[in-house]
Amino acid sequence: MTLNLPPGPPPGPESSSMGLATVTTEPAAAAAAAPGMLPAGKPRSAFRRGLDVFLENKLAVTGVAIFVVMFLFCFLGPVFYHTDQVHVNFAIENMPPSAAHPLGTDANGYDVLGRLMVAGQISLEVGIAAAALATIVGVLWGAVAGYFGGVLDATMMRIVDAMLSIPTLFLALVVVAIVTPTTPILILVIALTSWLTTSRLVRGEALSLRVREYVQAMKVMGGGGTRAVLRHIAPNAIGTIMVNATFQVADAIALVVALSYLGLGVAPPKQDWGGMLSDGVQYVYDGYWWLIFPAGLCIILVITAAIFIGEGLRDAVEVRLQQR
Amino acid sequence: MAPVTPAPRAEPERGPALVAFLLRRVLQSIVVLLIVTMITFGLLRMIPGNVAVAVMGPGVYRDPAAIKLFNATYGFNLPWYQQYFLWVGHLARGNLGFSWTLNQSVASLLASRMSKTVILVGISTIVALVIAIPIGVIQAVRRNKLTDHVFNAFSTIFYATPAFLVGIVAILLFAIKFPILPPEGPQGEGFGSVITNFSALILPIGTLALITIALFSRYMRSSVLDNLTEDYVRTARAKGASERRVLIRHVLRNSLIPIATLLGLSLPGILAGALITESVFNYPGMGYLFYQSALKQDYPTLLGFTVVVALATVVGSLLADIAYAVLDPRVRYVSS
Repeated sequence: MTLNLPPGPPPGPESSSMGLATVTTEPAAAAAAAPGMLPAGKPRSAFRRGLDVFLENKLAVTGVAIFVVMFLFCFLGPVFYHTDQVHVNFAIENMPPSAAHPLGTDANGYDVLGRLMVAGQISLEVGIAAAALATIVGVLWGAVAGYFGGVLDATMMRIVDAMLSIPTLFLALVVVAIVTPTTPILILVIALTSWLTTSRLVRGEALSLRVREYVQAMKVMGGGGTRAVLRHIAPNAIGTIMVNATFQVADAIALVVALSYLGLGVAPPKQDWGGMLSDGVQYVYDGYWWLIFPAGLCIILVITAAIFIGEGLRDAVEVRLQQR
Repeated sequence: MAPVTPAPRAEPERGPALVAFLLRRVLQSIVVLLIVTMITFGLLRMIPGNVAVAVMGPGVYRDPAAIKLFNATYGFNLPWYQQYFLWVGHLARGNLGFSWTLNQSVASLLASRMSKTVILVGISTIVALVIAIPIGVIQAVRRNKLTDHVFNAFSTIFYATPAFLVGIVAILLFAIKFPILPPEGPQGEGFGSVITNFSALILPIGTLALITIALFSRYMRSSVLDNLTEDYVRTARAKGASERRVLIRHVLRNSLIPIATLLGLSLPGILAGALITESVFNYPGMGYLFYQSALKQDYPTLLGFTVVVALATVVGSLLADIAYAVLDPRVRYVSS
């Protein structure tokens, strides 16, 4: 361990941004030191190189495009395409597509195209918010376990093992049977049942990061565990975390869809894509295809897009890691 | 120069290390199972209101003596930690609880449903493996070529498609458009009626297998890719082994070892898929009953099944780890 650190004031609150700043420049400095890694000219940051790799991946770019289009469709669409998604109108139930209703109407007389937009808002909101929350919980849990190690690590990881051994869908079903699902509760339930893989990944990263020189140096300078976890372990595992978070979005959307299909999603008149599908399935023998395929297509598109983005990010992060 | 007879190679003693590893792993599994019971019990405590009222209906509020009797009979008058130990004690003796809604013990419900889920999950997993392994190998060998991309696209799309949508499209195609298969799973009670009505089982098995293939083939592809870069592949090629021999005798055999772990790891996912598949095809297995219990808020069944499913997963991953350790001599049994 190096102890010949330059004398200086202990890190105070004013240098609190140091952690992140060092983190972002460190790989670039390492790459610049490696000969032959860069073309002659202006050295580019690790972030730029990662971005280049990501942009070269056509599937990943397609994924981003699909996500952007879906967002605009769901959140901006209703501004231009006005439909009544609250009041039931049985006079126009289950109408096939026509000029007035491009994708027909459902059993309650709701316009299917307009319904796709509002339902998509819930699917995307729940999916992204749950993935974000799961990522935060998982990162903190894994970083604390991996950094502190010992009995704490063993206990925390056995809890993860225990929760992993109950299939997410089963656990979510039990919780949703106990509490009535609303959008925030769905987000919470899905987040609390899907942070486990993240925590395992981050723990692995933390185990290797905690012996690094800069973490040791910080310890010598009197930095505590909280600082290590929040300023060094978590930011340095950001690549792994981001990749995992993207896959989490895909899984979270799939889980909401499954819960809604089983009739345990958000309560009417609200609905997500899974709920639309679930309703449409009741008319599967009547040939009302417009109740099934548009919603199904939206789900497949969004989840596929999330997977493509995740794979693109993974390649980009791997490039960065190789050059570290 | 006298020829030196090579000294017998010193085989590292695996026996004691293996036993220690197994012991530690079994102990870990027991701890994990205990935590599962704590989580499940915690969920039980989250249920709002009074169990007695939930079971006997709100009218029972007029009869406090009945509530008192119920609580005393089932131990709800005890402090929570005593309730926990009582419950775990019953679990350990195989008493999974009693479903008041179905008026049947959870263990007997499980006994009548489990064989159906085992048939569905078992056959579809075998089918998925038989199809996914060659696909993964082909993808790895033809990496970044058209074949790889096509299979990759298929596996991504099937991974992204909700299980019930696969099931519904299967019903639409093979039961309605071309009515060659029944749209429902076998309905009869017991093992025999399921096996004799096998044509009804084809769609559920196909649905579950399709989703699982998407999962397995990706894993197999990366496992083969990892092995293709190993030194032993270069050695085999240098010794003049044909590409086919390298692939089948060396790479495939080594790539299959992680499949043991994969099976253990993916059991929760496959069981969740089975729940959806059983619901779509109205197939009276464990998953379908679990779903029905969630709708009816039949908590004893939900919690009993949760414990059993967790037990299956823990034992599954334990067996997978043991198989891995036995199959792969490179695995060292030192704790991390």
